[in-house]
Amino acid sequence: MPLKLAENTLKLFFFEIQALFALTWRALRNIFRRPFYYREFATQMDKIGVESLFIISLTGLFTGMVMALQALIQLKPFAATSYVGGMVAVTMVKELGPVLSALMVSGRVGSAISAELGTMVVTEQVDAMRVEGTDIVKRLVTTRLKALVIAMPLLAMVTDGISLIGGYIMSFSYGINPVMYWKSIPQFMVFQDLIEGVFKPAFFGGIIAMISCYVGLNTSGGAAGVGNSAKRAVVLASVLILVSDFFLTKIFIVFR
Amino acid sequence: MAPESGIRMEKVCFDFGGRKILEDFNLFLERGVNRTILGVSGAGKTTILKLLLGLLTPDSGTISIDGTPLAGLRENELVRVRKHIAIVFQGGALFDSMTVGENVGYRLFEEGKLTEPEIERIAREKLSFVGLEQAIDLYPAELSGGMKKRVAIARALASDPDYIFFDEPTTGLDPIGVYNIRHLMNRLQQEGKTTLMVTHDMETAFAVSQRFSFLHEARLAFEGTREEMLTCSVPAITEFFAPTEQSLFRYNHLPEH
Repeated sequence: MPLKLAENTLKLFFFEIQALFALTWRALRNIFRRPFYYREFATQMDKIGVESLFIISLTGLFTGMVMALQALIQLKPFAATSYVGGMVAVTMVKELGPVLSALMVSGRVGSAISAELGTMVVTEQVDAMRVEGTDIVKRLVTTRLKALVIAMPLLAMVTDGISLIGGYIMSFSYGINPVMYWKSIPQFMVFQDLIEGVFKPAFFGGIIAMISCYVGLNTSGGAAGVGNSAKRAVVLASVLILVSDFFLTKIFIVFR
Repeated sequence: MAPESGIRMEKVCFDFGGRKILEDFNLFLERGVNRTILGVSGAGKTTILKLLLGLLTPDSGTISIDGTPLAGLRENELVRVRKHIAIVFQGGALFDSMTVGENVGYRLFEEGKLTEPEIERIAREKLSFVGLEQAIDLYPAELSGGMKKRVAIARALASDPDYIFFDEPTTGLDPIGVYNIRHLMNRLQQEGKTTLMVTHDMETAFAVSQRFSFLHEARLAFEGTREEMLTCSVPAITEFFAPTEQSLFRYNHLPEH
Protein backbone atom coordinates (compact mmCIF):
# COMPACT_ATOMS: atom_id res chain seq x y z
CA MET A 1 0.00 0.00 0.00
CA PRO A 2 2.68 2.61 0.89
CA LEU A 3 4.59 1.48 -2.24
CA LYS A 4 1.51 2.13 -4.38
CA LEU A 5 1.09 5.56 -2.77
CA ALA A 6 4.73 6.43 -3.44
CA GLU A 7 4.36 5.26 -7.05
CA ASN A 8 1.25 7.41 -7.55
CA THR A 9 2.91 10.45 -5.96
CA LEU A 10 5.94 10.01 -8.19
CA LYS A 11 3.73 9.63 -11.27
CA LEU A 12 1.82 12.79 -10.33
CA PHE A 13 5.07 14.67 -9.74
CA PHE A 14 6.43 13.77 -13.19
CA PHE A 15 3.08 14.49 -14.80
CA GLU A 16 3.09 18.00 -13.24
CA ILE A 17 6.67 18.64 -14.37
CA GLN A 18 5.77 17.52 -17.89
CA ALA A 19 2.65 19.72 -17.94
CA LEU A 20 4.64 22.73 -16.66
CA PHE A 21 7.27 22.30 -19.38
CA ALA A 22 4.56 21.87 -22.03
CA LEU A 23 2.90 25.12 -20.90
CA THR A 24 6.27 26.91 -20.87
CA TRP A 25 7.03 25.69 -24.38
CA ARG A 26 3.64 26.91 -25.66
CA ALA A 27 4.10 30.27 -23.94
CA LEU A 28 7.60 30.73 -25.39
CA ARG A 29 6.47 29.74 -28.89
CA ASN A 30 3.81 32.46 -28.78
CA ILE A 31 6.17 35.30 -27.86
CA PHE A 32 6.59 36.48 -31.46
CA ARG A 33 3.19 35.37 -32.77
CA ARG A 34 0.25 37.68 -33.37
CA PRO A 35 -1.92 38.95 -31.73
CA PHE A 36 0.44 40.50 -29.19
CA TYR A 37 -2.25 41.72 -26.77
CA TYR A 38 -0.48 45.06 -26.19
CA ARG A 39 -3.13 46.28 -23.75
CA GLU A 40 -2.93 43.17 -21.60
CA PHE A 41 0.87 43.40 -21.73
CA ALA A 42 0.83 47.08 -20.68
CA THR A 43 -1.58 46.28 -17.83
CA GLN A 44 0.72 43.50 -16.62
CA MET A 45 3.81 45.73 -16.88
CA ASP A 46 1.99 48.29 -14.74
CA LYS A 47 0.82 45.71 -12.18
CA ILE A 48 4.14 43.90 -12.02
CA GLY A 49 6.61 46.74 -12.53
CA VAL A 50 5.21 50.10 -11.51
CA GLU A 51 3.11 48.81 -8.61
CA SER A 52 6.07 46.84 -7.20
CA LEU A 53 8.40 49.84 -7.16
CA PHE A 54 7.63 50.94 -3.62
CA ILE A 55 8.15 47.53 -2.00
CA ILE A 56 11.26 46.95 -4.11
CA SER A 57 12.70 50.34 -3.11
CA LEU A 58 12.15 49.64 0.58
CA THR A 59 13.79 46.23 0.23
CA GLY A 60 16.80 47.76 -1.53
CA LEU A 61 17.19 50.65 0.91
CA PHE A 62 17.20 48.61 4.09
CA THR A 63 19.23 45.72 2.66
CA GLY A 64 21.87 48.20 1.49
CA MET A 65 21.94 49.83 4.90
CA VAL A 66 22.27 46.49 6.71
CA MET A 67 24.96 45.34 4.29
CA ALA A 68 26.97 48.52 4.85
CA LEU A 69 26.55 48.29 8.60
CA GLN A 70 27.79 44.69 8.71
CA ALA A 71 30.66 45.46 6.34
CA LEU A 72 31.73 48.45 8.41
CA ILE A 73 31.96 46.29 11.53
CA GLN A 74 33.87 43.52 9.73
CA LEU A 75 36.28 45.82 7.86
CA LYS A 76 37.08 48.20 10.72
CA PRO A 77 39.76 45.96 12.39
CA PHE A 78 41.58 45.83 9.03
CA ALA A 79 41.27 49.59 8.42
CA ALA A 80 39.50 48.77 5.16
CA THR A 81 36.21 50.60 5.71
CA SER A 82 36.72 52.62 2.53
CA TYR A 83 35.87 49.41 0.58
CA VAL A 84 32.33 49.28 1.94
CA GLY A 85 30.85 50.64 -1.31
CA GLY A 86 32.49 47.91 -3.38
CA MET A 87 31.35 45.15 -1.02
CA VAL A 88 27.77 46.38 -0.98
CA ALA A 89 27.74 46.72 -4.77
CA VAL A 90 29.13 43.25 -5.53
CA THR A 91 26.84 41.49 -3.07
CA MET A 92 23.76 43.38 -4.14
CA VAL A 93 24.23 43.35 -7.93
CA LYS A 94 25.24 39.69 -8.17
CA GLU A 95 23.19 38.05 -5.46
CA LEU A 96 20.94 39.90 -3.07
CA GLY A 97 19.44 42.37 -5.54
CA PRO A 98 18.15 39.73 -7.99
CA VAL A 99 17.16 37.21 -5.32
CA LEU A 100 15.46 39.59 -2.89
CA SER A 101 13.59 41.50 -5.57
CA ALA A 102 12.48 38.20 -7.13
CA LEU A 103 11.27 36.89 -3.76
CA MET A 104 9.35 40.12 -3.11
CA VAL A 105 7.80 40.05 -6.59
CA SER A 106 7.01 36.36 -6.20
CA GLY A 107 5.08 37.13 -3.00
CA ARG A 108 3.32 40.19 -4.36
CA VAL A 109 2.78 39.39 -8.04
CA GLY A 110 3.02 35.57 -8.18
CA SER A 111 0.21 35.14 -5.66
CA ALA A 112 -1.89 37.77 -7.46
CA ILE A 113 -1.43 36.09 -10.85
CA SER A 114 -2.33 32.62 -9.63
CA ALA A 115 -5.32 33.94 -7.65
CA GLU A 116 -6.56 35.94 -10.65
CA LEU A 117 -6.21 33.03 -13.08
CA GLY A 118 -7.59 30.62 -10.48
CA THR A 119 -10.69 32.79 -10.06
CA MET A 120 -11.08 32.96 -13.82
CA VAL A 121 -10.96 29.16 -13.97
CA VAL A 122 -13.51 28.52 -11.22
CA THR A 123 -15.91 31.17 -12.56
CA GLU A 124 -15.64 29.62 -16.07
CA GLN A 125 -14.11 32.80 -17.55
CA VAL A 126 -11.24 30.76 -18.99
CA ASP A 127 -13.74 28.38 -20.65
CA ALA A 128 -15.65 31.41 -21.95
CA MET A 129 -12.44 32.82 -23.44
CA ARG A 130 -11.70 29.54 -25.21
CA VAL A 131 -15.23 29.44 -26.61
CA GLU A 132 -14.84 33.03 -27.82
CA GLY A 133 -11.82 31.93 -29.85
CA THR A 134 -8.93 32.98 -27.62
CA ASP A 135 -5.72 31.03 -27.26
CA ILE A 136 -5.57 31.33 -23.48
CA VAL A 137 -1.86 30.55 -23.33
CA LYS A 138 -1.13 33.44 -25.68
CA ARG A 139 -3.41 35.88 -23.93
CA LEU A 140 -3.01 34.95 -20.27
CA VAL A 141 0.39 33.26 -20.00
CA THR A 142 2.64 34.74 -22.71
CA THR A 143 1.71 38.34 -21.83
CA ARG A 144 2.56 37.74 -18.16
CA LEU A 145 5.76 35.89 -19.06
CA LYS A 146 6.93 38.77 -21.28
CA ALA A 147 6.01 41.38 -18.68
CA LEU A 148 7.84 39.57 -15.87
CA VAL A 149 10.96 38.80 -17.92
CA ILE A 150 11.23 42.48 -18.88
CA ALA A 151 10.14 44.02 -15.56
CA MET A 152 12.23 41.84 -13.24
CA PRO A 153 15.71 43.04 -14.41
CA LEU A 154 14.48 46.64 -14.23
CA LEU A 155 13.17 46.09 -10.70
CA ALA A 156 16.43 44.40 -9.70
CA MET A 157 18.36 47.40 -11.05
CA VAL A 158 16.20 49.71 -8.93
CA THR A 159 16.86 47.49 -5.90
CA ASP A 160 20.60 47.60 -6.61
CA GLY A 161 20.65 51.37 -7.11
CA ILE A 162 18.66 52.14 -3.98
CA SER A 163 20.68 49.67 -1.91
CA LEU A 164 23.84 51.56 -2.91
CA ILE A 165 22.21 54.77 -1.73
CA GLY A 166 21.24 53.01 1.52
CA GLY A 167 24.82 51.82 1.95
CA TYR A 168 26.05 55.33 1.22
CA ILE A 169 23.76 56.85 3.89
CA MET A 170 25.04 54.33 6.45
CA SER A 171 28.70 54.84 5.51
CA PHE A 172 28.33 58.61 5.54
CA SER A 173 26.81 58.47 9.01
CA TYR A 174 29.85 56.43 10.13
CA GLY A 175 32.20 59.07 8.72
CA ILE A 176 33.36 57.26 5.60
CA ASN A 177 34.56 59.57 2.83
CA PRO A 178 31.74 59.71 0.20
CA VAL A 179 34.21 59.79 -2.69
CA MET A 180 35.96 56.68 -1.37
CA TYR A 181 32.58 54.93 -1.08
CA TRP A 182 31.65 55.45 -4.75
CA LYS A 183 35.21 54.98 -6.04
CA SER A 184 35.52 51.55 -4.45
CA ILE A 185 32.60 50.19 -6.50
CA PRO A 186 34.40 49.82 -9.89
CA GLN A 187 37.43 48.38 -8.08
CA PHE A 188 35.35 45.41 -6.95
CA MET A 189 33.10 44.89 -9.96
CA VAL A 190 33.69 43.55 -13.46
CA PHE A 191 31.40 43.73 -16.50
CA GLN A 192 30.27 40.13 -16.08
CA ASP A 193 28.80 41.03 -12.68
CA LEU A 194 26.44 43.43 -14.42
CA ILE A 195 25.41 40.74 -16.92
CA GLU A 196 24.80 38.37 -14.02
CA GLY A 197 22.77 41.08 -12.30
CA VAL A 198 20.49 41.38 -15.34
CA PHE A 199 20.27 37.76 -16.49
CA LYS A 200 19.40 36.28 -13.11
CA PRO A 201 16.33 38.46 -12.43
CA ALA A 202 15.09 37.88 -15.98
CA PHE A 203 15.33 34.12 -15.38
CA PHE A 204 13.61 34.47 -12.00
CA GLY A 205 10.86 36.51 -13.69
CA GLY A 206 10.30 33.58 -16.04
CA ILE A 207 10.06 31.20 -13.09
CA ILE A 208 7.52 33.40 -11.28
CA ALA A 209 5.40 33.80 -14.43
CA MET A 210 5.33 30.13 -15.38
CA ILE A 211 4.76 28.75 -11.88
CA SER A 212 2.00 31.26 -11.08
CA CYS A 213 0.23 30.76 -14.41
CA TYR A 214 0.52 26.97 -14.28
CA VAL A 215 -0.78 26.78 -10.72
CA GLY A 216 -3.51 29.36 -11.42
CA LEU A 217 -4.78 27.60 -14.54
CA ASN A 218 -4.94 24.28 -12.70
CA THR A 219 -7.05 25.61 -9.86
CA SER A 220 -10.08 23.66 -8.74
CA GLY A 221 -12.45 23.77 -5.81
CA GLY A 222 -13.82 27.29 -5.48
CA ALA A 223 -12.60 29.94 -3.04
CA ALA A 224 -10.51 27.53 -0.99
CA GLY A 225 -8.88 26.27 -4.18
CA VAL A 226 -7.98 29.81 -5.23
CA GLY A 227 -6.39 30.45 -1.81
CA ASN A 228 -4.43 27.20 -2.06
CA SER A 229 -3.21 28.08 -5.54
CA ALA A 230 -1.92 31.49 -4.41
CA LYS A 231 -0.05 29.88 -1.51
CA ARG A 232 1.32 27.07 -3.67
CA ALA A 233 2.52 29.46 -6.37
CA VAL A 234 4.47 31.62 -3.90
CA VAL A 235 6.08 28.66 -2.13
CA LEU A 236 7.04 26.86 -5.36
CA ALA A 237 8.34 29.98 -7.08
CA SER A 238 10.36 31.08 -4.02
CA VAL A 239 11.99 27.67 -3.60
CA LEU A 240 12.77 27.44 -7.32
CA ILE A 241 14.29 30.93 -7.28
CA LEU A 242 16.67 29.97 -4.47
CA VAL A 243 17.59 26.61 -6.04
CA SER A 244 18.10 28.04 -9.52
CA ASP A 245 20.17 30.90 -8.09
CA PHE A 246 22.70 28.36 -6.87
CA PHE A 247 22.98 26.69 -10.28
CA LEU A 248 23.08 29.98 -12.18
CA THR A 249 25.87 31.21 -9.91
CA LYS A 250 27.78 27.98 -10.58
CA ILE A 251 27.37 28.48 -14.34
CA PHE A 252 28.55 32.10 -14.15
CA ILE A 253 31.60 31.04 -12.12
CA VAL A 254 32.51 28.46 -14.79
CA PHE A 255 32.39 31.12 -17.51
CA ARG A 256 34.29 33.72 -15.48
CA MET B 1 -22.84 14.70 -50.48
CA ALA B 2 -23.51 17.76 -48.27
CA PRO B 3 -22.13 17.53 -44.73
CA GLU B 4 -24.66 16.66 -42.06
CA SER B 5 -26.27 19.71 -40.50
CA GLY B 6 -26.61 19.65 -36.73
CA ILE B 7 -24.74 18.49 -33.66
CA ARG B 8 -24.32 14.81 -32.96
CA MET B 9 -22.95 12.79 -30.04
CA GLU B 10 -22.62 9.05 -30.57
CA LYS B 11 -21.82 6.46 -27.92
CA VAL B 12 -19.93 9.04 -25.88
CA CYS B 13 -18.30 7.83 -22.68
CA PHE B 14 -16.73 10.19 -20.16
CA ASP B 15 -15.32 9.53 -16.68
CA PHE B 16 -14.30 12.16 -14.16
CA GLY B 17 -12.79 11.66 -10.72
CA GLY B 18 -13.36 7.91 -10.96
CA ARG B 19 -17.09 8.39 -11.64
CA LYS B 20 -18.88 7.54 -14.86
CA ILE B 21 -20.50 10.75 -16.08
CA LEU B 22 -21.62 9.53 -19.51
CA GLU B 23 -21.86 6.02 -20.87
CA ASP B 24 -22.78 5.33 -24.49
CA PHE B 25 -24.58 8.65 -24.57
CA ASN B 26 -26.30 9.70 -27.81
CA LEU B 27 -27.69 13.11 -28.72
CA PHE B 28 -28.71 14.80 -31.94
CA LEU B 29 -29.43 18.52 -32.07
CA GLU B 30 -31.00 19.22 -35.42
CA ARG B 31 -30.98 22.78 -36.76
CA GLY B 32 -34.06 24.80 -35.94
CA VAL B 33 -35.19 22.46 -33.17
CA ASN B 34 -34.72 23.63 -29.59
CA ARG B 35 -33.83 20.98 -27.12
CA THR B 36 -33.56 20.81 -23.35
CA ILE B 37 -31.49 18.26 -21.47
CA LEU B 38 -32.97 17.31 -18.14
CA GLY B 39 -31.62 15.29 -15.25
CA VAL B 40 -30.95 15.53 -11.53
CA SER B 41 -28.20 17.82 -10.19
CA GLY B 42 -24.72 16.45 -10.79
CA ALA B 43 -25.95 14.05 -13.47
CA GLY B 44 -23.50 15.50 -16.02
CA LYS B 45 -25.65 17.91 -18.03
CA THR B 46 -23.09 20.75 -18.05
CA THR B 47 -20.41 18.20 -18.98
CA ILE B 48 -22.39 17.48 -22.16
CA LEU B 49 -22.19 21.16 -23.16
CA LYS B 50 -18.45 21.28 -22.44
CA LEU B 51 -17.88 18.13 -24.49
CA LEU B 52 -19.81 19.62 -27.41
CA LEU B 53 -17.65 22.75 -27.25
CA GLY B 54 -14.43 20.74 -27.17
CA LEU B 55 -13.59 22.09 -23.71
CA LEU B 56 -13.47 18.48 -22.52
CA THR B 57 -12.43 15.42 -24.50
CA PRO B 58 -14.53 12.23 -24.33
CA ASP B 59 -12.91 8.95 -23.35
CA SER B 60 -14.60 7.29 -26.32
CA GLY B 61 -17.35 7.91 -28.85
CA THR B 62 -17.72 10.62 -31.47
CA ILE B 63 -18.92 14.20 -31.42
CA SER B 64 -19.47 16.14 -34.63
CA ILE B 65 -20.59 19.69 -35.35
CA ASP B 66 -22.23 20.13 -38.76
CA GLY B 67 -20.45 16.99 -39.91
CA THR B 68 -17.01 17.95 -38.56
CA PRO B 69 -15.76 15.44 -35.98
CA LEU B 70 -14.10 17.11 -32.96
CA ALA B 71 -11.76 14.19 -32.26
CA GLY B 72 -8.14 15.00 -32.96
CA LEU B 73 -8.72 18.69 -33.66
CA ARG B 74 -6.10 21.09 -32.31
CA GLU B 75 -7.09 24.17 -30.33
CA ASN B 76 -6.82 26.50 -33.37
CA GLU B 77 -8.95 24.11 -35.42
CA LEU B 78 -11.50 23.92 -32.63
CA VAL B 79 -11.71 27.73 -32.70
CA ARG B 80 -13.01 27.49 -36.29
CA VAL B 81 -15.69 24.98 -35.27
CA ARG B 82 -16.67 27.01 -32.19
CA LYS B 83 -17.37 30.05 -34.38
CA HIS B 84 -20.80 28.58 -35.05
CA ILE B 85 -21.55 28.05 -31.36
CA ALA B 86 -21.98 30.34 -28.37
CA ILE B 87 -22.73 29.54 -24.75
CA VAL B 88 -24.35 31.34 -21.87
CA PHE B 89 -22.61 29.94 -18.79
CA GLN B 90 -24.47 29.37 -15.53
CA GLY B 91 -22.91 32.36 -13.75
CA GLY B 92 -22.57 34.42 -16.94
CA ALA B 93 -18.75 34.02 -16.92
CA LEU B 94 -18.30 37.67 -17.86
CA PHE B 95 -14.70 38.90 -17.89
CA ASP B 96 -14.52 41.10 -14.80
CA SER B 97 -11.55 43.15 -15.97
CA MET B 98 -13.56 44.38 -19.00
CA THR B 99 -16.58 46.62 -19.37
CA VAL B 100 -19.93 45.25 -20.50
CA GLY B 101 -19.29 46.63 -24.00
CA GLU B 102 -15.86 45.00 -24.20
CA ASN B 103 -17.38 41.72 -23.00
CA VAL B 104 -20.02 41.77 -25.71
CA GLY B 105 -17.56 42.73 -28.44
CA TYR B 106 -14.85 40.35 -27.20
CA ARG B 107 -15.10 37.72 -29.93
CA LEU B 108 -15.19 40.38 -32.65
CA PHE B 109 -12.06 42.00 -31.19
CA GLU B 110 -10.38 38.60 -31.16
CA GLU B 111 -11.27 37.96 -34.80
CA GLY B 112 -9.74 41.34 -35.67
CA LYS B 113 -11.82 41.79 -38.83
CA LEU B 114 -13.87 44.81 -37.77
CA THR B 115 -12.86 48.31 -36.68
CA GLU B 116 -13.49 49.48 -33.12
CA PRO B 117 -16.45 51.73 -34.04
CA GLU B 118 -18.05 48.83 -35.92
CA ILE B 119 -17.59 46.52 -32.93
CA GLU B 120 -19.06 49.15 -30.62
CA ARG B 121 -22.07 49.53 -32.90
CA ILE B 122 -22.68 45.76 -32.84
CA ALA B 123 -22.17 45.65 -29.05
CA ARG B 124 -24.76 48.42 -28.62
CA GLU B 125 -27.18 46.63 -30.94
CA LYS B 126 -26.87 43.33 -29.02
CA LEU B 127 -27.14 45.10 -25.68
CA SER B 128 -30.28 46.87 -26.79
CA PHE B 129 -31.67 43.44 -27.79
CA VAL B 130 -31.36 42.38 -24.14
CA GLY B 131 -32.45 45.81 -22.86
CA LEU B 132 -29.09 46.85 -21.42
CA GLU B 133 -27.68 49.41 -23.82
CA GLN B 134 -27.23 51.92 -21.00
CA ALA B 135 -24.90 49.47 -19.17
CA ILE B 136 -22.28 49.45 -21.93
CA ASP B 137 -19.61 51.24 -19.85
CA LEU B 138 -20.30 49.45 -16.56
CA TYR B 139 -18.22 46.58 -15.18
CA PRO B 140 -19.78 43.15 -14.47
CA ALA B 141 -19.33 43.70 -10.71
CA GLU B 142 -21.82 46.58 -10.97
CA LEU B 143 -24.60 44.37 -12.40
CA SER B 144 -27.19 42.12 -10.77
CA GLY B 145 -27.27 38.36 -11.46
CA GLY B 146 -30.11 38.72 -13.98
CA MET B 147 -28.37 41.57 -15.80
CA LYS B 148 -25.15 39.54 -15.99
CA LYS B 149 -27.04 36.70 -17.69
CA ARG B 150 -28.58 39.14 -20.16
CA VAL B 151 -25.13 40.55 -20.95
CA ALA B 152 -23.92 36.96 -21.40
CA ILE B 153 -26.74 36.43 -23.92
CA ALA B 154 -25.72 39.65 -25.73
CA ARG B 155 -22.12 38.38 -25.82
CA ALA B 156 -23.30 35.04 -27.19
CA LEU B 157 -25.20 36.83 -29.96
CA ALA B 158 -22.38 39.18 -31.00
CA SER B 159 -20.83 36.81 -33.51
CA ASP B 160 -24.18 35.68 -34.90
CA PRO B 161 -23.78 31.95 -34.06
CA ASP B 162 -25.99 29.19 -35.40
CA TYR B 163 -26.23 27.34 -32.09
CA ILE B 164 -26.57 28.81 -28.61
CA PHE B 165 -26.14 26.68 -25.49
CA PHE B 166 -27.68 27.74 -22.20
CA ASP B 167 -26.39 26.34 -18.93
CA GLU B 168 -29.06 26.78 -16.26
CA PRO B 169 -30.02 30.22 -17.58
CA THR B 170 -32.73 30.91 -15.02
CA THR B 171 -31.06 29.57 -11.86
CA GLY B 172 -30.96 32.10 -9.04
CA LEU B 173 -33.16 34.67 -10.80
CA ASP B 174 -36.36 36.26 -9.54
CA PRO B 175 -39.60 35.63 -11.51
CA ILE B 176 -39.14 38.81 -13.55
CA GLY B 177 -35.56 37.81 -14.38
CA VAL B 178 -36.79 34.36 -15.43
CA TYR B 179 -39.49 35.95 -17.57
CA ASN B 180 -36.88 38.18 -19.25
CA ILE B 181 -34.62 35.24 -20.10
CA ARG B 182 -37.54 33.15 -21.38
CA HIS B 183 -38.70 36.03 -23.54
CA LEU B 184 -35.18 36.48 -24.97
CA MET B 185 -34.86 32.78 -25.73
CA ASN B 186 -38.17 32.81 -27.59
CA ARG B 187 -37.04 35.83 -29.61
CA LEU B 188 -33.79 34.06 -30.50
CA GLN B 189 -35.72 31.06 -31.74
CA GLN B 190 -37.92 33.30 -33.85
CA GLU B 191 -34.71 34.63 -35.40
CA GLY B 192 -33.77 31.10 -36.42
CA LYS B 193 -31.19 30.23 -33.75
CA THR B 194 -30.96 26.65 -32.54
CA THR B 195 -30.76 26.37 -28.78
CA LEU B 196 -29.66 23.62 -26.43
CA MET B 197 -30.44 24.19 -22.77
CA VAL B 198 -29.70 22.31 -19.59
CA THR B 199 -31.96 23.25 -16.71
CA HIS B 200 -34.14 22.14 -13.82
CA ASP B 201 -36.63 24.90 -14.49
CA MET B 202 -39.42 22.89 -16.10
CA GLU B 203 -41.63 25.89 -16.81
CA THR B 204 -38.87 27.55 -18.88
CA ALA B 205 -37.97 24.25 -20.52
CA PHE B 206 -41.56 23.67 -21.64
CA ALA B 207 -41.90 27.29 -22.78
CA VAL B 208 -38.84 27.30 -25.04
CA SER B 209 -38.11 23.72 -26.15
CA GLN B 210 -39.74 21.35 -28.57
CA ARG B 211 -37.67 18.27 -27.75
CA PHE B 212 -36.29 16.87 -24.51
CA SER B 213 -33.53 14.48 -23.50
CA PHE B 214 -33.37 12.98 -20.04
CA LEU B 215 -30.02 11.98 -18.58
CA HIS B 216 -30.15 9.34 -15.89
CA GLU B 217 -27.21 7.45 -14.37
CA ALA B 218 -24.86 8.41 -17.21
CA ARG B 219 -27.22 7.21 -19.95
CA LEU B 220 -29.90 8.72 -22.11
CA ALA B 221 -33.12 7.56 -20.44
CA PHE B 222 -35.53 9.37 -22.73
CA GLU B 223 -35.72 11.43 -25.92
CA GLY B 224 -38.87 12.97 -27.28
CA THR B 225 -41.49 15.70 -27.09
CA ARG B 226 -43.06 17.20 -23.98
CA GLU B 227 -46.22 15.10 -24.33
CA GLU B 228 -44.22 11.90 -24.79
CA MET B 229 -42.11 12.73 -21.75
CA LEU B 230 -45.07 13.49 -19.49
CA THR B 231 -46.80 10.25 -20.42
CA CYS B 232 -43.78 7.96 -20.51
CA SER B 233 -43.32 5.26 -17.90
CA VAL B 234 -39.58 5.56 -17.29
CA PRO B 235 -39.35 5.43 -13.46
CA ALA B 236 -36.56 8.03 -13.26
CA ILE B 237 -38.67 10.54 -15.20
CA THR B 238 -41.84 9.86 -13.25
CA GLU B 239 -39.87 10.38 -10.06
CA PHE B 240 -38.24 13.56 -11.48
CA PHE B 241 -41.65 15.15 -12.04
CA ALA B 242 -43.29 13.84 -8.88
CA PRO B 243 -40.70 13.07 -6.21
CA THR B 244 -41.82 10.84 -3.34
CA GLU B 245 -40.49 10.00 0.13
CA GLN B 246 -38.25 7.40 -1.51
CA SER B 247 -36.54 10.16 -3.50
CA LEU B 248 -35.13 11.75 -0.32
CA PHE B 249 -31.31 11.98 -0.41
CA ARG B 250 -31.18 9.35 -3.13
CA TYR B 251 -29.11 11.05 -5.79
CA ASN B 252 -25.75 11.91 -4.28
CA HIS B 253 -23.21 12.04 -7.10
CA LEU B 254 -19.97 11.80 -5.19
CA PRO B 255 -16.53 11.32 -6.75
CA GLU B 256 -14.73 8.08 -5.92
CA HIS B 257 -11.50 8.35 -3.91
